[in-house]
Amino acid sequence: MQPTFSQASQNSLANSFLVLENIVKAFPKPDGSQSVVLNGINLTVGEKEFVSVIGHSGCGKSTLVRLVAGLEKPTSGSLTLEGKAIRKPGSERMMVFQGYALLPWLTVRQNIRLAVDEVLSHLSRSERITIVNEHIEMVNLTPAADKYPHELSGGMKQRVGVARALATRPKLLLLDEPFGALDALTRPKLQQQVIDIWEDHRQAVMMITHDVDEAIFMSDRVVMMTNGPNATIGQVLEIPLPRPRDRHELRESGQYYDLRNQALDFLERYQ
Amino acid sequence: MSIFTGLPIKSRGLFSHPYVRYLFRPEWLLPIAGFAGVIALWWIIALFRQQMMPTPPEALAKNLDLILHPFYRRGPGDLGLGWLLLASLRRVCIGFTLGALVAIPAGVLIGLSRSAWLVLNPIIQVFKPVSPLVWLPIALAIFNAAEPSAIFVIFITSLWSTIMNTAEGVANVPKDYLEVAQVLEMPGWKQLLKVVLPASLPYIFTGLRISLGIAWLVIVAVEMLTGGIGIGFFVWDEWNRLNVSSVFLAVFVIGLTGLVLDYALARLQTLVTHRPARP
Repeated sequence: MQPTFSQASQNSLANSFLVLENIVKAFPKPDGSQSVVLNGINLTVGEKEFVSVIGHSGCGKSTLVRLVAGLEKPTSGSLTLEGKAIRKPGSERMMVFQGYALLPWLTVRQNIRLAVDEVLSHLSRSERITIVNEHIEMVNLTPAADKYPHELSGGMKQRVGVARALATRPKLLLLDEPFGALDALTRPKLQQQVIDIWEDHRQAVMMITHDVDEAIFMSDRVVMMTNGPNATIGQVLEIPLPRPRDRHELRESGQYYDLRNQALDFLERYQ
Repeated sequence: MSIFTGLPIKSRGLFSHPYVRYLFRPEWLLPIAGFAGVIALWWIIALFRQQMMPTPPEALAKNLDLILHPFYRRGPGDLGLGWLLLASLRRVCIGFTLGALVAIPAGVLIGLSRSAWLVLNPIIQVFKPVSPLVWLPIALAIFNAAEPSAIFVIFITSLWSTIMNTAEGVANVPKDYLEVAQVLEMPGWKQLLKVVLPASLPYIFTGLRISLGIAWLVIVAVEMLTGGIGIGFFVWDEWNRLNVSSVFLAVFVIGLTGLVLDYALARLQTLVTHRPARP
C-alpha cells in the first residue's frame, strides 16, 4: 500500500493491523448481575490475513465480531485498527451479516448502490456506478441485478451481501457466519467464490463460523474459542496449506486431516 | 365437490370440457353459491314481510333506472347514484388524506421517541374507542357548516389506526437494517428516510387500509346525519320515502366501493414497497 515503508516496518505494521487487547464483554442480566460472555480476549489480525473464529454455539464469537464492527462496546479492554481505537461502527470495517440484512424494498443493484453512495461519496457518480456493476459482476449476479431480495435464493442473497460489503472497499471485512443459513450444496460454492475473490484482492478478513472444514479451507489462522460464559481464546491453529487451495486436493492431503483433527479434538474437549 | 359426484353420467361429457370445468371451479362456484344463499335469505324474508320488503326481482326492476343511468341530472336535488358516490368519495379522500398527513408523522414520532409516546399514547387510547360520530356535533360547533364537519369527522377517524400501526412499524424496524445503516455511517436523518421509513411502509399501509375502511363506514353514517349530497343521505332519504329497494342497491354499491378502495390501496402498497401486500 505504502511503498515508502521498508519491508521490516511494513511487517510490523501488518502485524498490528487489528489488535484486540484484554477484551471483556459482560451483559447485564435481568436480576441485576452481570453475565460475562467474553473474558480476556487477545488477538491480532494482519493487514492481508484471513482469520476464522470458531467455537460452539453461545461461546460469544458473534459478540466478538460485533465488538470489532463497533456494534457493541467492550466492558473493558481495547480494540484498535491501524492504531486507532474502535469506538463506533465504521465503513472501514464492513460486515456481512448471517441473515443477509438486505433491504427488501431495494433491488440487488440498489442495495449495493446505497452502500457505495454512502461510503464512497467522494467519487463521481459514474465511478460509483462502475464500482457497483463491477461487484455485481464479481459475484455473478448480473442477470439478477434488478431483482428484489425476495426473488432470490439464500445463496444469491448472501452473494449480494458479500458484494455490498466488498464494494465499499473496507480495510477489514467481517463475516458473521456468512454461510450458516445456506444449504449444503450452495455453501461450498459460495465459500469458493469468496475465497477466489479474496485471492485476487488480499485484505484482512475476520470470519465467524462453526464449521471446521470451512474454517480450515478458507483461513490463514483458525482461532478456537472455549465455551461461554467467560469464553476466551483456547488455541490458535496456523493453517500453512498453500494457496490457492483446492477442496478436492485438500481431501487427499494428510496435513489437512491433521489440522482438521486438531480442531475437532479441541472442540470435542469443550463439548 | 359432492355436487359433481352426484351428477348423472349424461352430463359428464359437458363437464370434461376445459372451459366448462374452468367456469365450474370451486373458486368461482362457491363464492357464487354464498351470494346466492344471501339473496335466497333476503327473498324468504321479503315473502314474509311483503308490504315493506321488495323481493330481489322487484328490487332489481325498481332500481333499473338508477343502475342504468348513474350520472343523470334531473334537478338540483335529483342526481344519479354515481354523483352521490363521487360526493361521498370526495369527502373521504380529503379527510383521509389530511388524516394520513398528520397520522404518519405522529406515528413516526411515537415510534422513535419514548417521550412522544408518553405524551400521545394516552390521548390516542382515550380517543380511539370513541365513535367518530361523537365528533360531529363538536365539528358542527367549530365549523358551523355540514361539509367541513363531515370532512373533519373523517379526518379524526383516519388518525388512530394509522398512528398506531406507523408507530409499531417504526419501533420494529429489523435490527439488521439499522446495523447496516450504522456500519455505513449514515447520519441519523438519512437512516430515517432511507431505512426506517421504507422498512415501516408495510405497517403504515396496514394502518392506512384499516383507516380508510373505517372512514368509508363512517361517511355513510355522517351523511345520514348531515344530509346534502352523498350516498349516506341517499340511504336515509330513500328510507323516509319507504323505498327499501334503493337501500338494497345502496348496500351493494357501498360494499363494492369499499372493496375497490381497499384494493386500490393494496395495489399502491405493492407498487411502493415492491413486496406483495397481505390481503
